Amino acid sequence: MFLSRPRTCLLVAIAISVVSGAIQHHIDPYFVDVLTSIGINITLAVSLNLINGYAGQFSLGHAGFMAVGAYTSAALTMFLGPKLFPSAAPTVVTMVWFLFALLAGGCVAALAGLFVGTPSLRLRGDYLAIVTLGFGQIIAVIFRNIEGLGGALGLNGIPANTNLFWVFGAAALTTYVVTTMVNSTYGRGFLATHDDEVAAQAMGIDTTRCKVIAFVVGAFFAGIAGGLYGHFTLTINPKGFDFTRSIEIVVMVIVGGMGNTTGVIIAATLLTLLPEGLRTLAGMDIPLPGREPLSLRWIGELRPLLYSILLISLMLLRPQGLFTWRSRRVKLKAT
Amino acid sequence: MTEFFQQLINGLSLGAMYALLALGYTLVYGVLRFINFAHSDVFMVGAFAGLYVGRSFHNSSVGNGILIKLLSMLLCAVLGIIIERFAYRPLRQRSKLTVLITAIGVSLLLENAGQLVFGANPQAFPQVFPAQQFTKGDLIISSKDIVVLGVTITLVALLQFIVLKTKIGTAMRAVSFNAPAASLMGININIIISFTFGLGSALAAAAGILWGYKFPKIDPLMGIAPGLTAFVAAVLGGIGNIPGAALGGLLIGVIETFVRGSRWSTWTEAIAFVLLIAMLLFRPAGLLGKLQPEKV
Repeated sequence: MFLSRPRTCLLVAIAISVVSGAIQHHIDPYFVDVLTSIGINITLAVSLNLINGYAGQFSLGHAGFMAVGAYTSAALTMFLGPKLFPSAAPTVVTMVWFLFALLAGGCVAALAGLFVGTPSLRLRGDYLAIVTLGFGQIIAVIFRNIEGLGGALGLNGIPANTNLFWVFGAAALTTYVVTTMVNSTYGRGFLATHDDEVAAQAMGIDTTRCKVIAFVVGAFFAGIAGGLYGHFTLTINPKGFDFTRSIEIVVMVIVGGMGNTTGVIIAATLLTLLPEGLRTLAGMDIPLPGREPLSLRWIGELRPLLYSILLISLMLLRPQGLFTWRSRRVKLKAT
Repeated sequence: MTEFFQQLINGLSLGAMYALLALGYTLVYGVLRFINFAHSDVFMVGAFAGLYVGRSFHNSSVGNGILIKLLSMLLCAVLGIIIERFAYRPLRQRSKLTVLITAIGVSLLLENAGQLVFGANPQAFPQVFPAQQFTKGDLIISSKDIVVLGVTITLVALLQFIVLKTKIGTAMRAVSFNAPAASLMGININIIISFTFGLGSALAAAAGILWGYKFPKIDPLMGIAPGLTAFVAAVLGGIGNIPGAALGGLLIGVIETFVRGSRWSTWTEAIAFVLLIAMLLFRPAGLLGKLQPEKV
């Protein structure tokens, strides 16, 4: 696959992100929005794939890490930024400060990942799923209770710093880090942990450490994606990072194939485009000769159903994901 | 002091509903070793079944209430068996993760289908049992709390009887203990698993109706929060353990109610999960469970 030369890919992707950032103002704003969503979702899905796919854990709390990153970076650009650089700071300063805010968001999210991961990664499978789910819930409750961060209403008026350059840059960097990490000697430990934890332990791999590192790295990029998301939608509230959001990311990873970065990128792109496509389709009427035009509005109503049916039928018919063709690494353990 | 007892009664009746729901998680976990995420939505369907059946009865009496309850429980038992047959059974030999994801999918399917069929807006639940209030000193006891506790105690006792004294209950315990060995002894595992799903779903429906009776608005997403809490209750009591699930449910119900009444009320939703994490760290087998070492 094209990810076999990660460094070349990274350079190409960064070049693309620079170009797209530069010509952003000449593109239809609707497409810019869709592209931004795609980039953010790729970052989220690829980072979750490190945890759920490669390391074989099952996290249902990715939106929680995203929330941590979003709130941290938004607080930095909204509250601290204006104090440090009073009025009319040059664009460069704003950009550097934004980068710093994103990284800070990522780091705080990584800390949260460490905090959750260390105790709970001694658990396995479905227990871990529930604990991470609970963690996501607790994060939402915590943010709802911090008055300084807007409480239940959330933060409004976040500066619109996100553009295509940052979004695709983050997506490229995430993909690069995850790919090189998994292909490193060290990262083989993740795969071993995923394939057979007991055997990995017997070979001297510290599986708990592997899992925690996967968790921390995944959380870091989720935090960055959260920061980008906050500076893209300009308003965040605790409800936006709930269980449903986590599930959306999990679906992207599953559709793409757990442990298949290329597939996950394709899936994240398609699943972001799908609602847009369905929305367009639902707005169309098919003219029928001599009769009333056939309305397709029902497609819009059935959209949420589609997600769940997709999930169930994938699990029943193609558990390795839609975009995994080679069955080298995807054999799901039959326990 | 009065306030304490008042909160205790409210907490127990909330906890009783959690307990009924937790039993379903525990039963399924006992035989299949996986978390049935869709259970909380069967609870929702049960409440709506009660709503539609209840609307066709015009006057509320205890007899009608019981009839409504039994009908909805039957409906949900069938739903549970169908879910198991078509979503979980084909995956029985696959990894647990696959089944877990499917369960999440079924849960989302029921929620979204519920929003299409029942409408997304909350609906008023009919008065299925007559309601009355008793006062004793400053203490107000609603007949709702009595019905909730009474129904729960009856159902838990019935469940204990089925599991411990009947032939099919013995078979359930055998499957839970060692499914291949049970199948060698001539137990039809598929029938036992279907029965377990039916039983758990019927209990979920019972909880759903009690929920609608106590908190009179129901909507298609009503199951999510109580479902998660009830799952935590099942883990708290020791998953796979029937008295444990009941105990865990009551405990969480009481704790939540007291927190809601205190000045930390905005933190109520986090309580269950904080308890869960603490529990898994210090006593992963639960209050009444036994830790089983994993065999390689």
